[in-house]
Amino acid sequence: MRLFRLIRGGLAALFTAALSLSASAQTTTVRWLHIEQNAEVAAFYADVARRFEASRPGTKIEMQFLENEAFKKKLTTLLQSPAKPHIIYSWAGGVLREQVKAGVIEDLTLPLAGGWRERFPPAALDLYTVNGRTYGVPMITTQVGFFYNKDLFAKAGIDASTIRTWDDLLATVKKLQAAGITPIIAGGGDKWPLHFYWSHLAIRIGGKDAFDAALKGQGQGFASETFVRAGELFRQLADLKPFQPGYLAATYPQSTGQFGDGKGAMTLMLDGLRRTMMANSGDKIGVPDAKLGWFPFPTVAGGRGAPDDTLGGMNGWLVTKGAPKEAAEFLKFFTEAQNQRVAAEKSYFIPVVAGAREHVGLPMLRLLAENVGRSKYHQLFYDQMLGPAVGAVVNDVSADLAAGRLKPQEAAAKVQQAWQQAN
Amino acid sequence: MGSGTTALLLGLPPALLLFTLFVALPMGEAGWYSVFRWSGFGAPTEFVGLRNFAQLLAHEDFRTALLNNGLIIVVSLLLQLPLALGLAVLLAERWRGTTLFRLIFFLPYILAEVAAGLIWRFVYDGDHGLLAKLWTAFGATPPQVLAEPELAMYAILVVIVWKYFGFHMMLYIAGLQQVDKSLYEAARIDGASRWQVFRLVTVPMLGGTIRLSVLFAVLGSLQMFDLVMPLTKGGPSNSTQTMVTFLYTFGVTRMEVGFGSAVGMVLFVICVAFAFGYKRWFMRDD
Repeated sequence: MRLFRLIRGGLAALFTAALSLSASAQTTTVRWLHIEQNAEVAAFYADVARRFEASRPGTKIEMQFLENEAFKKKLTTLLQSPAKPHIIYSWAGGVLREQVKAGVIEDLTLPLAGGWRERFPPAALDLYTVNGRTYGVPMITTQVGFFYNKDLFAKAGIDASTIRTWDDLLATVKKLQAAGITPIIAGGGDKWPLHFYWSHLAIRIGGKDAFDAALKGQGQGFASETFVRAGELFRQLADLKPFQPGYLAATYPQSTGQFGDGKGAMTLMLDGLRRTMMANSGDKIGVPDAKLGWFPFPTVAGGRGAPDDTLGGMNGWLVTKGAPKEAAEFLKFFTEAQNQRVAAEKSYFIPVVAGAREHVGLPMLRLLAENVGRSKYHQLFYDQMLGPAVGAVVNDVSADLAAGRLKPQEAAAKVQQAWQQAN
Repeated sequence: MGSGTTALLLGLPPALLLFTLFVALPMGEAGWYSVFRWSGFGAPTEFVGLRNFAQLLAHEDFRTALLNNGLIIVVSLLLQLPLALGLAVLLAERWRGTTLFRLIFFLPYILAEVAAGLIWRFVYDGDHGLLAKLWTAFGATPPQVLAEPELAMYAILVVIVWKYFGFHMMLYIAGLQQVDKSLYEAARIDGASRWQVFRLVTVPMLGGTIRLSVLFAVLGSLQMFDLVMPLTKGGPSNSTQTMVTFLYTFGVTRMEVGFGSAVGMVLFVICVAFAFGYKRWFMRDD
C-alpha cells in the first residue's frame, strides 16, 4: 500500500514536471529594443509589458535598451544577426524604406486590418507605408516650433503672439539684441537642430506641392526656387547673428541646458526639449512650465504653404522579419487608447492614437497635439524622410548656411545632387 | 624533422588563421564593397565600378581631411618630436625629481583618447571652460575655440601634441639609457659644448629610436580618430575631419558602406605605401 502511494506520488510528480516542462517550452519571448532614456517613461513601458505578459500566459517581453545615437549606428548590423530584437524603434521615412527594401521588416498590413488600423490617423500610417504595404505602428508625434523664455521676452517688451511672419521674427531678434539678450539658442554641433529652419521655411514657402515635386524629381527638384528661397530667408536670420556664442560646437543636450539656464530667449525645437532641458540645466529644472512659452514657426509672405502645416516626427515601432506573432500583438496592446492615455496624462509624449492624444496633461503639449491633429500636411523631418545619406546633406548645408559658409543656391544644389545620387 | 619545423607546424596555423580571419579577410571584403553602392543590408548588388573613388577624390571635405592629416603629421614631426626629444635629454639624467616629471609628462598618454577629448572639450568651452576663465580674468571675451572653423583644427593639434609627446619622450629616454656613457665623457674631454654633444653624440646614437618614433607618429597621425570625435566630431562645417572621421561620418552614419570602404582602401594604400617605403629607405639598418 505504501509502495503504491509512493509510486503514485512519483508519477504525479513526474506528470507535473512534464507539464511545466511543456509549458516552459511554449513560452515565447519577444525581444523589444527601445531608446527611452527617461526613467519614468521607461518604467511606463515596463509596466505595459508586464500587463501584457499577465494577460497572455506563456509570453515574455524582454526589454532591451540602446542610447539614441548608438541605436542608429548599430541597427544595420543588429538587424542581420540571429539575435536581433523583434520590435525596434523607428522614425519612419528613408531609413524605413531602406530596411524594407532589404527585407528585414515584417509586413504588418494583415494584422493591422482587424480593427487596429482605425486607431490611427491615416496620415500617420501613410508614413509607415511602402509600396502600399504598412510596415510599422506609429505611436509618438511631435511638432517643431519656437519655445521661448517668458521672462526674457517680457524684459525685451515682446509679445510672442504678435510674431506671425518671418519678418516679425527678424524684428524680434533685433529687439532682443537691443535689450542685450541672446535671441536664439541652437545645438549647431549636432546640425539637425539647424535643419529645422531650412526645412520649415521650405514648407512655408512651397507647401506640400513643392516637396512632392522635388521627391518626384520634377523641375529642378531640391534645387528649385522654393529651396533656394528657404536658404535665402535662413541667411537673413543668420546674418543677424542671432545664435549664442559657440553655437556651431554646441550639442543638442548642451543647448537645451543653455536655454534652461536663461542664456537665450528662444529655441526652435520639439517638445522633447522639456525633458532634455531638465536633465541639462544647472538647477535641473531649466525654464519652468509656467515661464515656458511656445509659438508656431512664422509664415512667409507670399508662401504657398498653409499656416497650420506642421513639421515634426511620427515615431513608432517596427516588427523585424521572423519575429513571433506575439510581437505585433504586443504593439496592438501597447497602442490601445487606454494604455496610451497614461502616457498622455503624464505628458510623457504626444500619442498618435485617437482617444489618447486628447488627454495630454500639459496645456502646452496639448496645443501641439491639437496642431498636429488639425494639420492637413504634417511633414516628417527632412533628415529622416530623405533617408540617411540625403538627410545628412540637408543637415550639413543647414549648418553651413547658418555659419554663412554656403550660398543658398549652392545649398539647394548640394541637396539635389545628393538626392539624385541616392535615387 | 627538426624542432624548428615542429614549432612551425604547431605555431603557424593558429596565427595564420587569426590573421586571415581578422586582417586579410576584412581587408579583402572592404576592397570588394568599395566597388558597390551598398547600404549595409543584405549582400551588395549594385556594382558601380570606381564611382565611389571618383566621388571621393572630388569630395572637398575629403580634401580637407587629407590636408588635416598632413597638418597633423607636420606638427607631430616638427613640434611634438623635438619637444619630446628635448624633455627626454633633460629627464634621462638622474637628478632629483626626474621620475616625477617623467610620470607627469607620460600621464596624458595613459588617458583614454575619448576621456582626453572630453576633458579638453571642457577646457575649451567658451562659457565655463578653463580657457574662458583665463580670458575673462583679463577682461576679454573668451573665444569659442571649437566653434570657429578656422581655429578648431589648431585647438585639436594642441591636444594631439599634449596627448602623445609623453609617449615619444619615453621612447627617447629608453633609447638614451642604451647610449654608452663613455662617449659623453670622451666628447666632454675633447672640449665639446653641450650643443655639440647633443648634435654629434646624442642624436646619432638615438638614430634608430628617432626613426621608429617618426614611424609611429606618422601612422598614428594618419589614423587620428578618437581624439577628434569627442572634441568636434569633424565639425564645424567639416573643418576638422580627418580621413578616419570622414570615413565614419560619410560612410558609417550615412549607411554608405561602399563609399566608406573606398575611403578605407585609400587610407590603407597610403599607410602601406608609407610604412613600406619608410622601412625600405630609412629603417634598413634597424
